[in-house]
Amino acid sequence: MRLFHNSNLAFVQHRKVFYIISVILLLVSLAGVIVKGLNWSTDFKGGVSTIVNLKAKDPSVEPLHIDQLRKVINDAGFKDTEIQFIGSREDCTFQIKMGGEDDQAIKEQLLKVLNKDLADYTKNRDMDDEVIQEFNTVGARAGMEMRNKAVMAVGIALVLMVIYVGIRFEFTFGLMAILALFHDVFIIVGVFAWSGKEITMTIIAALLAIVGYSINDTIVIFDRIREDLKIYRKDDIPTIFNRSINATLSRTVITAGTTLLTSLALYFFGGPVIHDFALAMSLGILFGTYSSIFVASNLVLDAIKGTKRERRAVKQMTKKS
Amino acid sequence: MKKLSWLAPVSILIFVLVTLVFLSPLVFSEDSTWFIKKRLNLGLDLKGGTQTVLTVNTTGMSEKDAKEAVDGNMRIIRSRIDQFGVAEPVIQRSGENDILVQLPGVKNPRAAADLLTKSAELVFKLVVSGEDAQRFVDQVDGILQSNLSSFPELAKLEAEYREIDKKESKMPKQDVAEDNPNIADTEETEEAEEREYVSDGSSGVFKSLLTDIQGDFAVRFDDYELMLNLLNSKEFQNIKPKGYDLVLNNVDEDMRKAKAPVVLYVLKSTAEVMGTDLDSASMEIGSSGSHDPRMAGKPFISLSFTTKGARKFANVTGDNIKERLAIVVDNTVYSAPVIQDRIGEGKATITGQFTMDEARSLAILLNNKSLSAPIEVKSSNQVSATLGADSVKSGLMAGLIGIIAVVIFMLIYYKLSGLLANIALVFNVGFILAMLTAFGGTLTMPGIAGIILTIGMAVDANVLIFERIREELEAGKNPRSAADAGFKRATITIWDANLTTLIAAFVLYQFGTGPVRGFALTLTIGIVSSIFTAIVFVRWLMDKTLLSRNREKLSI
Repeated sequence: MRLFHNSNLAFVQHRKVFYIISVILLLVSLAGVIVKGLNWSTDFKGGVSTIVNLKAKDPSVEPLHIDQLRKVINDAGFKDTEIQFIGSREDCTFQIKMGGEDDQAIKEQLLKVLNKDLADYTKNRDMDDEVIQEFNTVGARAGMEMRNKAVMAVGIALVLMVIYVGIRFEFTFGLMAILALFHDVFIIVGVFAWSGKEITMTIIAALLAIVGYSINDTIVIFDRIREDLKIYRKDDIPTIFNRSINATLSRTVITAGTTLLTSLALYFFGGPVIHDFALAMSLGILFGTYSSIFVASNLVLDAIKGTKRERRAVKQMTKKS
Repeated sequence: MKKLSWLAPVSILIFVLVTLVFLSPLVFSEDSTWFIKKRLNLGLDLKGGTQTVLTVNTTGMSEKDAKEAVDGNMRIIRSRIDQFGVAEPVIQRSGENDILVQLPGVKNPRAAADLLTKSAELVFKLVVSGEDAQRFVDQVDGILQSNLSSFPELAKLEAEYREIDKKESKMPKQDVAEDNPNIADTEETEEAEEREYVSDGSSGVFKSLLTDIQGDFAVRFDDYELMLNLLNSKEFQNIKPKGYDLVLNNVDEDMRKAKAPVVLYVLKSTAEVMGTDLDSASMEIGSSGSHDPRMAGKPFISLSFTTKGARKFANVTGDNIKERLAIVVDNTVYSAPVIQDRIGEGKATITGQFTMDEARSLAILLNNKSLSAPIEVKSSNQVSATLGADSVKSGLMAGLIGIIAVVIFMLIYYKLSGLLANIALVFNVGFILAMLTAFGGTLTMPGIAGIILTIGMAVDANVLIFERIREELEAGKNPRSAADAGFKRATITIWDANLTTLIAAFVLYQFGTGPVRGFALTLTIGIVSSIFTAIVFVRWLMDKTLLSRNREKLSI
């Protein structure tokens, strides 16, 4: 069985179309970030975030409705509350976010409220183990620190990659690869903005993993271009680029496929804790693959074509090593 | 390949052996793993527990003082946690002023958090000795004996004693009770002495835990934790007779090493003088020429009281000459000197039984004014054991489904060559787990996610190679030279592509905390091992099987 056997698809010729698609995606993402904003988790903005399971032991009790919980929590006077479902509705697991720093006091009060006002759902259950499943507190200052650290980490990773690709290939290649990476990350951020999903520390980890994955993909194509530049010295640059993308196409798609298989397995079977992480990863693989095939090499092409850079780049990449 | 013909099988052998050795504890029961003691640790998010990041506010301190303040706080936290009796706590410095504390499987996270931030409580209490102390201990023993059901640990001990008694009663024996009328009263202080239990009703299981050091009660080192947990338990506090307290002595590094018995004091419950009466505390070192052997060349803490405190202290010491006054910090006795005279000048010293470091941190702690480094909780993360167990289950499920899907795909798409890649894949996953065990790493939920993703990405190196070999075959090469060319060419690509991914994983490891680090670590190990398996392992397998069996056709 062979995928894309001897394919000769016109990736380079139609690059304007792909640019337009990418720009639209980026604009939509930007609009999401501006209009809806990003839902930073307490990891980054401070406060209390807790996961409570309110599935009653008694099966005759109707599953708790989120509005009911919302009313109870707001009546109890918690500040800046946000409540949402985690996982399936029947499971009655909720995430409650609250403002404030004194986590001990907040937890005491929460326990009191759950025991009193939602007694049907907490009866005969271990409050510290079964009901309150997670209880996280982050100080506001720590949150800011984390956010800065996360942005810095992504930045450092990108710079290091430009340097590496610059040395192994050529500077323009490094720069455009990073541009493509930024494209992938930003689109996922856009999806998270529009869907209102939380950006947690694990999501940042997923974004960095996507950066790692997508650059891997892009470099495989660059590597082929570097090789083909040495072999087909008479062909013009667009032809070489297009041939290289086609030659590596089956590998690109297969690897994306196997990685997607595992990340979808995580999405569907990995449980609520890792659900959003798996979503970010799956999207990242899709867009990362898209940008590797359709965007990264084309950007390089447009940046160097017909300029002095072209000859210099070809020279640097074809020199005997 | 030719000149390295011995290197490949040797490195593969090492790779496989390392994997099997470190994974063996997962498969075999505990007893049979005599050769490898390490086990794969589960992160707090998988087994439940509390992770707290504390920050010590050191603004306005000199660099040296700031470091001291953080160190001192860490020591204090460690000793408190030791008292709390948490298994395998992690207490480490993170960053400049942060202290990371992990308490796995803590049942009562609220109490644990309290433990970390409360300030030290100093009280002076009078020591009760002689008959009064004996009577109190008898009383406690009696109460505990009739309430054994609320104290599972003691009940277990009692059951063990009965077992021993039963065995002994079968032998022709002398009367145990007469031989050892009352352990606590005897002058025998041999540490090696076995616990004995006298079932005649006059002495219960509590007293069996006690020995005697120079007229004071003491607990054998091995029973220290049991006693500590008992004394700290709510149940005990509820039923204990009022008026007196039982408090253990501080255990320092030397005592721990020597496994020395720990003195158990009977103290009057009323605090004579308290920490609020204290003006300042500092660590000093006794002159080596001092007459007092407890002070000569040893660290001690000198205290000075406020005016009110000084008066209280003068009264207490004046009224209780020849009695002992215990200095109690955080419900632990540090010393209990005999009051020689009325101390009127408002100064006192705490001597003995601590190391220089401990003395320093105790002084920092007591000296409220110089403790301008209050601890605050920066972040805390509690995961219940239930959620952790669910995560493990779903993580395993997702991993299994992911790996099966990839394995099937590789088999269909690359046939026998795919089978070789699959064998390598299984070892890959094994190797990640083995390395995590070997480095004492912890498996977290993001870590599991990292492994699962690695499964998808690990075959990438194989895909690159196989695609290349197919191309070479199509160009008309025979299987052997197509394989050689394919491996050679793809190796460059694999290095370039994976090194950049390694950069991302490396940065992630540097900046991440806790679970995220776990993800970066598994990703890194996964990349390294997938490079090795693809370039060396699969190639060797292919050489030995597919290429040598059929020279005309390659199943790929």
